[in-house]
Amino acid sequence: MQLDQVANVVIGGLLTGLVYGLMALGLAVIFGVVRVVNFAHGEMMTIAMYAAVVLFAALGLDPFLAVVPVAAAFFGLGYALQDGLINPFITRPEHSQFMLLVAVAIIMVNALLIIFGPGARSVQLDYLLESIELGPLLVDRGKLYAALLACATSALLFAFFRFARAGKAIRACADNYLGAKVVGLNVQRLYAFTFGLGSACVAVAGCMMVLLVDVTPALGPGYTLLAFVIVIVGGLGSMSGALLGGVLIGVSEAMAGLFIQPSAKSMFSFALLILVLLFRPQGLLGKKA
Amino acid sequence: MNRRAVIWLSILGFFLLALPEVANAYVLSVATLILFFAYAGQAWNVMMGFCGQLSLGHSLYVGVGAYAAAGLFFHYGIGPWAGVWLAIALCVALGAAIGFLAFRFGISGVYFALLTIAFAEFTRIGFDHIQWLGGPGGLFIKVEQRDAWDLLNLRGTPAMFYYVMLTLAAGAFVICFFLLKSKPGYYWQAIRENEEAAQALGINTFRWKMLAVVISSAMTAVAGVFYAFYYNNLFPEQIFHISRSIEIILGPIIGGIGTLFGPILGAAVLAILADSITEVLAALGWEFPGVKQVFYGVVLLVVVMFLPHGIWPAVAKRMGVSR
Repeated sequence: MQLDQVANVVIGGLLTGLVYGLMALGLAVIFGVVRVVNFAHGEMMTIAMYAAVVLFAALGLDPFLAVVPVAAAFFGLGYALQDGLINPFITRPEHSQFMLLVAVAIIMVNALLIIFGPGARSVQLDYLLESIELGPLLVDRGKLYAALLACATSALLFAFFRFARAGKAIRACADNYLGAKVVGLNVQRLYAFTFGLGSACVAVAGCMMVLLVDVTPALGPGYTLLAFVIVIVGGLGSMSGALLGGVLIGVSEAMAGLFIQPSAKSMFSFALLILVLLFRPQGLLGKKA
Repeated sequence: MNRRAVIWLSILGFFLLALPEVANAYVLSVATLILFFAYAGQAWNVMMGFCGQLSLGHSLYVGVGAYAAAGLFFHYGIGPWAGVWLAIALCVALGAAIGFLAFRFGISGVYFALLTIAFAEFTRIGFDHIQWLGGPGGLFIKVEQRDAWDLLNLRGTPAMFYYVMLTLAAGAFVICFFLLKSKPGYYWQAIRENEEAAQALGINTFRWKMLAVVISSAMTAVAGVFYAFYYNNLFPEQIFHISRSIEIILGPIIGGIGTLFGPILGAAVLAILADSITEVLAALGWEFPGVKQVFYGVVLLVVVMFLPHGIWPAVAKRMGVSR
């Protein structure tokens, strides 16, 4: 096996991993603040992918432009979901929250199945077939742009939590629920806002993912599991951990596909998850609970 | 158990015993399925309902149990009565390994639930690569002797499978009844309500949590053996899939977690609901793939939102029996 072949695969995995990372970032933000595990995360991802496909088919909108309306719509969807459904469940036991989101996930997958059927859809763009030569390396243009946008979106989110007033308020809610209430923050609304932000991350990741893979309704549960694996490896609730986890899983999947068997690639991820849970249950970049 | 409960139980028992005499093949198959999920839900309930350990990967034990017995039968002609012991042994070993790793390293709550999913998914993909057990193409047991009862090899009429499953479900009910009233049962409930307080009282929480996982996985293994011989075909993609785990736990959650009748009632309600939705949709002519599941999801959502403790506690109050 040639070294440059391996390097190409690693870079491909790294770029895909950044898009995974953005998807998982949405989950990490939601869990870190609201303390609810979004079991419908992958299903939301597939909805975003379909939205990008539909906008492209109907209006010829490039997924890089479709990102804006889809993310805005997803922010609203996430806000409504938290405000209407999940907020009353905040104080309920974990299994109760889990069932609620599983029900939401079931409805989402099958609504997509009814509307679009089980077949695969994709976006056909000329530049997706091109690649850029960097010395001995060949980098997929679509993948490269997707990864760059994923990085930019993550940077935006980091900046929001670091500098914006609302971002600081949300961090206060995450640190101390009671304290945030005492100083007069509207925690319920900030939770809804956070769920909206997490959903917007998923929307961007979904629009980018259609550049890399074809979409079917059945992809949802797989992405949910993938997002779990990534955030646990990185540290549930840690934002930079989610990105790191995404890259790790992206690269390890690509390597497993090259060296072992493509069908065994997610086994590799789950093995990594089990190892991390056992030896560093708070995740690579997570703080000890 | 008060007198009312005994009367209700006798009526239910008589009805269930007489069912194959009056029901047609379709009703019998639905009843068998209800009993299957009642049994598996009961097994899951030992871990979650009694001891408070949320497992979202019980398909692991169904699948390993099914493959163990089916593999022995397929390759060596060893019947299910011997195979069930291998199934139990393997599942107990797996459950103990998962429990040991998780509880030793202090993994609980969401993390424990995700660990159970991870093990189930890991095994699912693993079984896709075991050619000896058919790989992704599936493992098939020969279907024969459909008109006579062969309990030894678990080959026979639908009524036989119904009675086998009824016996299992009744057995699980009795086991859980006594478990709840036993010393471990009280320890489990203490751990479920407040693990730290239980530990402070001197309860060895590690040991009792392990016991719950071991009993639960052993019981679920038997469900897997039944599954293998009832359906005669096994695919890793189906049997280990996370949706199967969710199917198992829907019954007890809808019915009422931690109760004895919850898993049974929940399984019955869900099966009847699924069938009536199918009927209604067929009558309306809305038979697109996915429509049924959407309704299913909506009903689930409504139940979870408005009946947080499940259906059984409310029903039990009406009937004047204890939970």
